[in-house]
Amino acid sequence: MLDKIKDFASEFFVTGDPLILGAQVSIGLSVVAIIFTLTFFKKWRWLWTEWLTTVDHKKIGIMYVIASLLMLFRGGVDALLMRVQLAAPQLDFLQAEHYNQIFTTHGVIMILFMAMPLMFGLFNLVVPLQIGARDVAFPFLNSLSFWMFFFGAMLFNVSFIIGGSPDAGWLAYPPLSELSGSPGLGQDFYIWGIQISGIGSLATGINFVVTILKMRAPGMKLMKMPMFVWSVLSSCITIMFAFPILTVTLFLLFIDRYLGAHFFTLDGAGNPMMYINLIWMWGHPEVYIIVLPAFGIFSEVVSTFSKKKLFGYKSMVFALMSISFLSFFTWAHHFFTMGSGANVNAFFALTTMLIAIPTGVKVFNWLFTMFRGRITFTTPMMWAVAFIPCFVIGGMTGVLLSVAPADFQFHNSYFLIAHFHQVIIGGVVFGFFAGLYYWWPKVFGFRLHEGLGKWAFWFWNIGFYVCFMPQYALGLMGMTRRVNTYDFDMGWQPLNVVSTVGGFLMGIAFLFQVWQIAHSIRFYKKEQNGDAWDGRTLEWSIPSPAPLYNFARLPQVTDQDDWWEEKQRIARGEPVKPLTPLEPIHMPKNSGIPFIMSLCWFTAGFGFVWDWLWMAIPGLIGVAICMLVRSFSYDTDYYISVQEIERTEAALRGSK
Amino acid sequence: MRPFIRMLTPVLFLLMAFTLSGCGEQFIVLDPKGPIGESQKDLIYISTIICSVIIIPTLILTAIIVWRYRDKKGRKASYTPNWEHSTKLEVTWWSIPIIAIIILAIITVRYTYALEPSKAIVSEKEPITIQVTSLDWKWLFKYPDEGIATVNYIKIPADVPVKFQLTSDTAMNSFWVPQLGGQIYTMSGMAMTLFLQADEQGSYFGSGANFNGQDFAQMRFKVDATTEEEYHSWIKQVKDTSPALTMEGFEKLREPGSSEKQLFSSFPAGLFDKIAMQYVNGDGGGHHHGGAASEPAANKDESHPDSSTDAHSHMDMDMGDMGMDMDMGK
Repeated sequence: MLDKIKDFASEFFVTGDPLILGAQVSIGLSVVAIIFTLTFFKKWRWLWTEWLTTVDHKKIGIMYVIASLLMLFRGGVDALLMRVQLAAPQLDFLQAEHYNQIFTTHGVIMILFMAMPLMFGLFNLVVPLQIGARDVAFPFLNSLSFWMFFFGAMLFNVSFIIGGSPDAGWLAYPPLSELSGSPGLGQDFYIWGIQISGIGSLATGINFVVTILKMRAPGMKLMKMPMFVWSVLSSCITIMFAFPILTVTLFLLFIDRYLGAHFFTLDGAGNPMMYINLIWMWGHPEVYIIVLPAFGIFSEVVSTFSKKKLFGYKSMVFALMSISFLSFFTWAHHFFTMGSGANVNAFFALTTMLIAIPTGVKVFNWLFTMFRGRITFTTPMMWAVAFIPCFVIGGMTGVLLSVAPADFQFHNSYFLIAHFHQVIIGGVVFGFFAGLYYWWPKVFGFRLHEGLGKWAFWFWNIGFYVCFMPQYALGLMGMTRRVNTYDFDMGWQPLNVVSTVGGFLMGIAFLFQVWQIAHSIRFYKKEQNGDAWDGRTLEWSIPSPAPLYNFARLPQVTDQDDWWEEKQRIARGEPVKPLTPLEPIHMPKNSGIPFIMSLCWFTAGFGFVWDWLWMAIPGLIGVAICMLVRSFSYDTDYYISVQEIERTEAALRGSK
Repeated sequence: MRPFIRMLTPVLFLLMAFTLSGCGEQFIVLDPKGPIGESQKDLIYISTIICSVIIIPTLILTAIIVWRYRDKKGRKASYTPNWEHSTKLEVTWWSIPIIAIIILAIITVRYTYALEPSKAIVSEKEPITIQVTSLDWKWLFKYPDEGIATVNYIKIPADVPVKFQLTSDTAMNSFWVPQLGGQIYTMSGMAMTLFLQADEQGSYFGSGANFNGQDFAQMRFKVDATTEEEYHSWIKQVKDTSPALTMEGFEKLREPGSSEKQLFSSFPAGLFDKIAMQYVNGDGGGHHHGGAASEPAANKDESHPDSSTDAHSHMDMDMGDMGMDMDMGK
């Protein structure tokens, strides 16, 4: 009996690596610590009622941000481990198997469990406030989306200590990712982790499209929306068309692995290349999904801190929408070397280059927003300004890669690695940081320490260039991606060392950010005024943090930068818009179903990974029951009375 | 102080470009030794220059604007908070990238057709053929005309075009010899063609560029380009002194694991065909029941909906050619 348990445990847990053992121990200890703290301070009920069951978009947004920062930590540690391994030729720090797992999880986590949730967090925190809405269109679905993402991410991450991590690359090309190439459980964790969180992402996309189209404050015409809202709309439309492809593709791979089908296998007339096409039909739009909202953030930040209207609003809208459309016609540029022939390669080279046009135009519009402006360098603005050269260079190397015949030399090399890190860090991460710093006072009601933020900024920026510029050169020296070791005679070491140093500078930058947040909480100073940056859009017209119902009265929008214009009118002594009488506010009730249903999905996914039907089937039944319960619950909403609104507003706005 | 980083960036980049041209030896992509690599290098330079013509002024403009319009006391620069549109300006910067992209597009398309990997290199000399198979985790090279085989090592005569036929035994990989020219995927169940040529004698680095599992990093090989005489005497030497690659030997070779350089004086007839076709005639393929090499090749069109392109029709021809080569090899 004891032997049986031992056998099971050695198969169940990942064993034999001191690094992972250390992680297992520390994860175990932190779980115990969290449970102890919650119990000791009697916070279980608070956790359940205030957070786990909440349907408030602001709280869901905060949870997204926290989860994504944790994932940034994990993905970052993965990255640093890889950089250490590559710092010297033929180093034995990480074995091939372990290295392969680490680059796989690094990629998946950074794109799907860091960039995506950070983006969704910002959507949640900002969009309803910017369009003058009280919540998203489907608050229950919003909560479900978050928990699906969360449990999907947990399922993926648990493979690190239980069962074994996936190691077939972040897009898991078959036949390597089929049973023949990856018989272990890691690939199943990959499929189910992404599948579960992917459904959540799709739901979020739909939710925000509806929110933006249907929930805008009276008077806010489409062409009066803040640019961030436009970028969210274009991103979410792209999600709606791209994510179903991902779901289907992974499902087919699952059937191949689980039921022995032959969609992408070598035998039985399967075609692995079909998978590569399908996954990039999702994968390429995906990178635009994450970068478009960053463009929106830059537009807001640049305009606010230049104290000037956004230049070329219509151009910007057109550019956003055309990028979102074109993103679906470029996928084959990820495999020019598949031998599809000159016609196909020429077509996809051209569509890829086309995207550079609207993207370039946006850069000029940002520049001319700053032109004849009055630029102040707060932390959000610094990120936005640093973004421009970084993204311009990254975009240029992207155009170089799109030149199909030249790509035969760049493909799969470190040149490519440097390119996509430059656009994803320089574009997406810088953008989301800008957004996070910009909206932080609105969300939490206190400011972050500017000095520490600037330290973090410089470490990130210098670290970035030190890390990735050498990688362009390494690519031209013939270094291919995903190698865990190289020979002495290649001359790759010096630049790899430089790159590793840069990686650690970014690691230090992250620590500065943690310190910055901790410091700002320790020396908490409440924001007296909801308008931290002399903002332009509606979210700055209400107190920070926003009350549960956001707007006591729905704003009547007349202008593009409505709050800015209102402030101008006040300054000029013109009459402000008349106040309408308060009315009771219709709000959604909290619900535990999203949490429980996602937990059931997790159970089902875990069961399928281990091929334990006794676990998978009850999990799926649980999902069905949750749906039924929700379908028959009618008590899902309530009203906030006028007296309560008056009380809250008086407390928040002081005497006003 | 702050805009320094912005100004520093282009400087850094130029510095990088300078280093690139400075010590060319290690930058093997930019130091090609064959016609294909040479054209690709030209294309890299041309596209870099076209992009730089836009990028560098943009970066300078960024630095100027950020510096000039920063907020400080007693600033003389003008401030126009409501200036938000100028048709003239916007038309200008829609046109600049459009023009640049049109120029780049024309060049790209021309090169795409000129450098199509399955297109033969013009030369008065007959190309030699090398059949490439990526295994887990080693490269098997077969010289069907000469009847020899190697592992992780290629010797070719300089100035003679080489026709590589490529396939994979299991997962996909990518065959890349940067100094000769760009890479192409090796995919199981199909054969690709890639023409390369070395103009100079020398020893060139080659590797598998696409991740295919555990010991992927060990999939490196050397390509030695020598005189034709030296090449032929090497062939003779291999034939005389190396062991033969038997079917059992091949089965052992395809077991997962890395390998040192190996030489074989002969190899089983039709081995490349067998590898490329193994899955087409596999147990699972219900409707594939052809025996001849050409028939599965024709069948393949059905199973690959995207195969109506030049490369694939070319590939089918190769299959036919290859069968003939095999017979001659025997």
